[in-house]
Amino acid sequence: MNLPIEYYLILSAFLFIVGVIGVLIKRNAIMVFMCIELMLNAVNLSLVTFSSYLGNSIGQLLVFFVMTVAAAEAAVGLAIIIAIFRNKVSVNIDEINILKW
Amino acid sequence: MNLEIVLFVVFALVSAASSILMITRKNMVISALFMILNFAGLAGLYLTLNAQFIAVAQVIVYAGAIMVLFLFVIMLLKTDYEQKISVTKSKIKLFSIIIAAIIFLQIVYIILFSSSAAAKSSEISQSINAGTIEQIGNLLFTKYILPFEAAGYLLLAATIGAIILAKKKID
Repeated sequence: MNLPIEYYLILSAFLFIVGVIGVLIKRNAIMVFMCIELMLNAVNLSLVTFSSYLGNSIGQLLVFFVMTVAAAEAAVGLAIIIAIFRNKVSVNIDEINILKW
Repeated sequence: MNLEIVLFVVFALVSAASSILMITRKNMVISALFMILNFAGLAGLYLTLNAQFIAVAQVIVYAGAIMVLFLFVIMLLKTDYEQKISVTKSKIKLFSIIIAAIIFLQIVYIILFSSSAAAKSSEISQSINAGTIEQIGNLLFTKYILPFEAAGYLLLAATIGAIILAKKKID
């Protein structure tokens, strides 16, 4: 553990920002979902970093629960995308605007 | 010590480059494959941080289960049509990249110039045991048993919800 903690944190921030850019510029709902997974992973990296540098396991427990929620979110979200695709024959998030008033 | 730096640089370059390649590819299957590479690089980083259980769970859960689900959905839907819609207005693209770069610089500034000396543990030997399956399982089945059970119910609800949503006819 000789590396400074900043290296890991800056890498984590970089991955998070790449995920943010992906969510902002992509118009495909599946790609937006994948970028959200990327952001969750970036946060997981910083949680594991702090957990390891502080000698405390609770950060890694939190990563475990984040993984559970990410799996549930991916399953339900992809099912919603399939249901929308069946109705509108499109996964473009600009066209999915029924809830917009 | 040298090996640690080499491993960090290799895994960090793999995960950073694959994340950038992932959001710039037009073909969604290729970007899903780059995302699997990104997860593999992150699993390597977890190993350098002495988090063995999380590294294995990362490969099994993310690179295995979740990405197979994504690849199935990408291949079920018409991907040749989807390639056209990723073309967005270049003004919006440029604006969002500038905003994201500003936020990145802010985060880097906070990381570099906050008091990082407080984050360093004096007991390094403790951190080697922090990521073992024994330690995590011990906490998960004693002190954190209630969140663990709740996560189980969440997964059950998500499974039932996904089946109902993806069924042919919703009554």
